[in-house]
Amino acid sequence: MNQRVAQSSNPLLTNDSGEHSHRVALTTQKTAIITKQMICMFIILGTFPLWSEWVGLYNYLGAEIAIWIIYALGFNLLLGYTGLPSFGHGAFFGIGAYAYGLTQLGIIESVWAGIFFSVLAGGIAAAVVACFISHRRGIYYALMTIAFGQIFWFTSMRWHTLTGGEDGLLNIHRGELNLGFFSFSLSETSSLFYFIFAIVMLVTVGLWRLVHSPYGKALQAIRMNEMRARFLGYNVWLIKWSVFMISGAIAGLAGGLFALVQQSAYPDVMSLHASGLIVMLTLIGGGFVSYWGPVLGAIVFFMARDTLGAMTETWLLWYGLMFMLVIIFKPEGIAGLWQDLMKRREKRQLKVNGSTENASGEAK
Amino acid sequence: MALFEATHLQKRFGEQVVLEDITLSFEEGQLSGIMGPNGAGKSTCFNVLTGQYKPDNGRVVFDGRDITGKSARVIAGLGISRSFQIMNLFDEFTAIENILIALPESINRSFNPVHDIQGNVSAMEKAADVLNKVGLSGREFTQASSLPYGERRALEIGVALASDPRLLFLDEPTQGLGADGTARLSELINELKKSYSIVVIEHDMDFLFGLADKISVIHWGQVIATGTPDQLRENEWVMASTLGEIA
Repeated sequence: MNQRVAQSSNPLLTNDSGEHSHRVALTTQKTAIITKQMICMFIILGTFPLWSEWVGLYNYLGAEIAIWIIYALGFNLLLGYTGLPSFGHGAFFGIGAYAYGLTQLGIIESVWAGIFFSVLAGGIAAAVVACFISHRRGIYYALMTIAFGQIFWFTSMRWHTLTGGEDGLLNIHRGELNLGFFSFSLSETSSLFYFIFAIVMLVTVGLWRLVHSPYGKALQAIRMNEMRARFLGYNVWLIKWSVFMISGAIAGLAGGLFALVQQSAYPDVMSLHASGLIVMLTLIGGGFVSYWGPVLGAIVFFMARDTLGAMTETWLLWYGLMFMLVIIFKPEGIAGLWQDLMKRREKRQLKVNGSTENASGEAK
Repeated sequence: MALFEATHLQKRFGEQVVLEDITLSFEEGQLSGIMGPNGAGKSTCFNVLTGQYKPDNGRVVFDGRDITGKSARVIAGLGISRSFQIMNLFDEFTAIENILIALPESINRSFNPVHDIQGNVSAMEKAADVLNKVGLSGREFTQASSLPYGERRALEIGVALASDPRLLFLDEPTQGLGADGTARLSELINELKKSYSIVVIEHDMDFLFGLADKISVIHWGQVIATGTPDQLRENEWVMASTLGEIA
């Protein structure tokens, strides 16, 4: 009974055991807290400062990718898991950034306090917005997020006394990170990178746990069939409200870290254009079919920006074309492509073995 | 007193009066049927009874509690569960995930961010039990969307059963099933009848007559007759009406 089958490594990809399923003895499918994919990602990202310059990249890029991975993972909780399209998510990223800056400049020069207030501000702003949109779905939901996003963006441009207008908040010092028993300076890009990397690890593990919890399952149920979920007794409104708040708080966290590395906060990140980017990179990565979609998306986007960007100034045109090709030919994105590849390989192996013995319950 | 009572329900959509005056009651431990020709207002009636629509008039009482106009969530929480005429599964979930999500163990933990329901032995066993009840053992890890039609119907009933409801509503369960599938479904419902109070809405007369303890016939937004299948068989007007001859 309790013999463990290897769980599907991907929450949105179910065990495709169709015709073999009679061989699967009923087993519990415990979700591992740490998975192979996770370790793989941590190793690649964690060693970035060691090989980045070697391949012609630079440390700062690693920090940027890490921040956007946090942002995209939180965003995908909303888009990929709950099926709620937010086109104004830049607002919460920006609010997080301003909150970080205002804390440093106005209250206390502490990294922890800054991050605390970024998360809080992003979460509160999202919670307020969510009150107005959580009874909506689909296109109306999307339109309302755009409207709210624009309100925040416009406010950040015009409220000079608070936000510094179009120039934004400047001279946010990176400062020291106090870990209680010792503290170190974040002015080095590599120490900064490892600090953010540690947060990436926490967020990755935490959200992985979350999407496999009853709450995470409820999110997916709402994506697939909101009405059915309601008739089962789920408080759909409250779940939609809370996931928007969580997603906003994570965007706020990412925004706070962004202000830390950029040493400034400015309205640009709140624009419709910036909000569109997070949607685009999540989709290209394959957020709808895989937990890892947004991670892949963030990596590909920044790699594209730096490699294509080095070749041509019009790199966004090429990136946009790539986006269109993905949407037309493989809407499941890079992760979907990878899953197809794995399935095909598995089928080939089955043929070679001439038996279906090991087909059921295999990890993908 | 009946487990479920609806009195003088009225429902209008704009100018059109769909339910004129519906008074119905369902007894505990029985299988009650709602029958009527297409367009008679069965589905609307069903949706009013289960809380999808609010009635313009009238009262719905479940187990002594007034549930008129209560939300679907509240009604579900009181132990009323329903299946849908149009297939309503979580397509990307496996069969067992569809059941798991409908278990009280999951619903009561809907804000629990850490519990691992698929690693919960008792929940998994319970879900497997439900699948067994609806004849889907062996299909646990098949994705709902790749199940054949008849099995999807059965899974749909399984989802409705998962909450161990006090009253189970089935909306046109034979919809889209062939003769073979209908026969098998009939067997299944006959089995469920032993342990659940059930309300079935159906236009397939033979199907319902073979199962129900009591049937209410709805026509023109009213209950035109109520009785056992035998009583109704003797009522010519009812037979004519449900056969669509005077519709």
